[in-house]
Amino acid sequence: MAVAFDEMNIPGGDLRPAYQELARWLKETPPEALEYRRQEAELLFRRIGITFAVYGDSDSTERLIPFDVIPRIMSGKEWTLLEKGLKQRVRALNMFLRDIYHGRDILRAEIVPDDLIFQNPVFRPEMNGQQVPHDVYVHIAGIDIVRVDAEDFIVLEDNARTPSGVSYMLENREIMMRLFPDLFARHKVAPVERYPDELLAALRSVAPLSASSEPTVALLTPGVYNSAYYEHSFLADKLGIELVEGRDLIVKNNEVFMRTTEGLKRVDVIYRRVDDDFLDPLTFRPDSVLGVPGLMSAYAAGNITLANAVGTGIADDKAIYSYMPDIVKFYLGEEPILKNVPTWRCREPKDLAYVLDNLSELVVKEVHGSGGYGMLIGPAATKATIEAFREKLKREPEGFIAQPTLALSTCPTCTASGLAPRHVDLRPFVLTGSKRTTIVPGGLTRVALKEGSLVVNSSQGGGTKDTWILDE
Amino acid sequence: MLSRTAENLYWLARYVERAEYLARTIDATLRVTALPAAYIGKTNEWDSALLTAGVAGSFYQQYEEANENNVVDYLSFSANNPSSIRNCIEAARLNSRSVRTALTSEMWDTINSAWIELQAVWSKGTSTREDLAKFLRFVQETSLRFDGSAYRTMLRNDAYWFSRMGVHLERADNTARILDVKYHVLLPEEEHVGGPLDFYQWSSILRSVSALTAYHWVYRETLKPWLIADLLILNDTLPRSLASCYGNLVRNLDQIGVAYGRQGPAQRHARGIRNRLEHSNMNDIFQHGVHEFIQEFIADNSRLGEIITKQYLI
Repeated sequence: MAVAFDEMNIPGGDLRPAYQELARWLKETPPEALEYRRQEAELLFRRIGITFAVYGDSDSTERLIPFDVIPRIMSGKEWTLLEKGLKQRVRALNMFLRDIYHGRDILRAEIVPDDLIFQNPVFRPEMNGQQVPHDVYVHIAGIDIVRVDAEDFIVLEDNARTPSGVSYMLENREIMMRLFPDLFARHKVAPVERYPDELLAALRSVAPLSASSEPTVALLTPGVYNSAYYEHSFLADKLGIELVEGRDLIVKNNEVFMRTTEGLKRVDVIYRRVDDDFLDPLTFRPDSVLGVPGLMSAYAAGNITLANAVGTGIADDKAIYSYMPDIVKFYLGEEPILKNVPTWRCREPKDLAYVLDNLSELVVKEVHGSGGYGMLIGPAATKATIEAFREKLKREPEGFIAQPTLALSTCPTCTASGLAPRHVDLRPFVLTGSKRTTIVPGGLTRVALKEGSLVVNSSQGGGTKDTWILDE
Repeated sequence: MLSRTAENLYWLARYVERAEYLARTIDATLRVTALPAAYIGKTNEWDSALLTAGVAGSFYQQYEEANENNVVDYLSFSANNPSSIRNCIEAARLNSRSVRTALTSEMWDTINSAWIELQAVWSKGTSTREDLAKFLRFVQETSLRFDGSAYRTMLRNDAYWFSRMGVHLERADNTARILDVKYHVLLPEEEHVGGPLDFYQWSSILRSVSALTAYHWVYRETLKPWLIADLLILNDTLPRSLASCYGNLVRNLDQIGVAYGRQGPAQRHARGIRNRLEHSNMNDIFQHGVHEFIQEFIADNSRLGEIITKQYLI
């Protein structure tokens, strides 16, 4: 594996310009002071209740995501490039979704194989020919980016269903500003706090035609036991919209209403954080009590906007991911600005053979998995784990893709033995409304806290950092 | 506002109020039982603590007899008692979590911090009297902080009014319950037999509702049962009296009625109860029977809860 790109230091001893002020500050700050602030930050997170639940973890239903107080810093120039690439990618994602559920030009052009769409469990035949308001499918995208060298940002995953983590981006900044005012005074950090306003504006802009001029937006959550519940209530609060559960909504004459103390009130846009499967027991899983019976018929009648649209999972499927560069070229006629990780599709016999021969060097992921569950990290796995995975792969090759283990860039991070480099990734949040696409400068930086580890997922013990884009 | 939000706010306020009342009840009971036997007679104060908390039935399914250890444990820490202080705080926090958007950050902070702090207490329980006293004080302070933050930070809109309704409905129920359990010491004037035994019973009633000092300010007399009854039932200057709770309930319901442009059965029912309280005097109540009067009140009060639920919360 190649040596990881160090975001702070140039090999040979010099600092990258964006980190110079931070380095100076770190030199002046005694380690005890840093540790004290670290503890203070943890206390703040716990008191505010910024927690998440880990499924299958019985001893603690609510956990804190570890927060690292050393910010990750990017220059404005780097960000400008990234921003351009993200907007391009999300535009293509939206066009791809519109096409898949309508004309299917891309299949006819044989860029993406048919069966990857039609035999995919996240493809929603219910959406065939269905008009979605303003043709926007992915209103909120969380694109996972890793950096492998000075020039290259690589997309690891396109989260086009219900990406989470934006509350951490906002709270991390709040807490950093509280704890390190002097550090902020020495930098020009682009603000992220307008995210909720941008999100609300985007959501209101995609209201259906039958909505009033003051559309009502609500956020649909599965409830307090969901792992991202904190984020749901945080966002509803910042947006000033109702946080609803399925039982708060009712469909009448193909319109959606919420039950209020003053009777029923029409809802026009639902920012839903409930997966497709659970949205409407009449259309999807009949045993689900999280959704709203009849929601899909109101959707079909054009009386409600769902953000993100139903069926977007097909765009963030890891098997489709490998076609993204072609998808960008096909719809936009442009070269993709952001690269993909080279990906072997295990469904293709040639690729599978290569993967089986090189398991100990590859990362193998479930095509439909998320959150770092069910993946194999070859270099870090034992022989027995690799053999067990080999059997799984042979049994169901179409369920997996494989990628080389990337040398994710590292950032200085507080550890038990002082500051040390740890691997990071970045999830910026791309908002698409009826007229424009916006990204607040920054995103959620996740950090693998264990030495050498590449796993940044919070469910697997990763932490987060504040992400600073310098305004130059 | 979402019906479910209003419901959660209403119950959240009730649970916090109930936790405080339980802490006061235990506190007052501890004081009486610490007295020499000659002052308290043969009555089992722990029994009456269970009765005023309304959990005697479920308690005796698990225990043979009521004593300090098992009653304190049952009322404070028991996970099996749905209205233990622990379960009240747990439920209050769960409700808070599901309506965080309707709470101010101060209110959430109060509940969440209390919940975090109390985690440690209920895993261990309290081993000494000092620990117990500290715990009871903490619960009462949590309620004060919660109430104070609601009062000082909430917008005066339906969220506030629904939460206040929870407070007053629960408070009225608590005051009525303690009167009901102790009504036998609140004898009519003529039959009064004063003695140290009664005196401490009476003062424990007043302590349970935080009204001992208030009594002296209002009546400037030694403790007399009919005046205690008058204070707790009819005197609307005492925040925990039935009359005061109903003054507030009627006001909150009217505010909601005005905001929504519509009145309903909840407003009418609450006004009916308040009018009855306004037009009663202690003489009539003693004539009618204190016990009967309180029983009817408790039934009326819980009926209001049902009507509010039907009109607004589902």
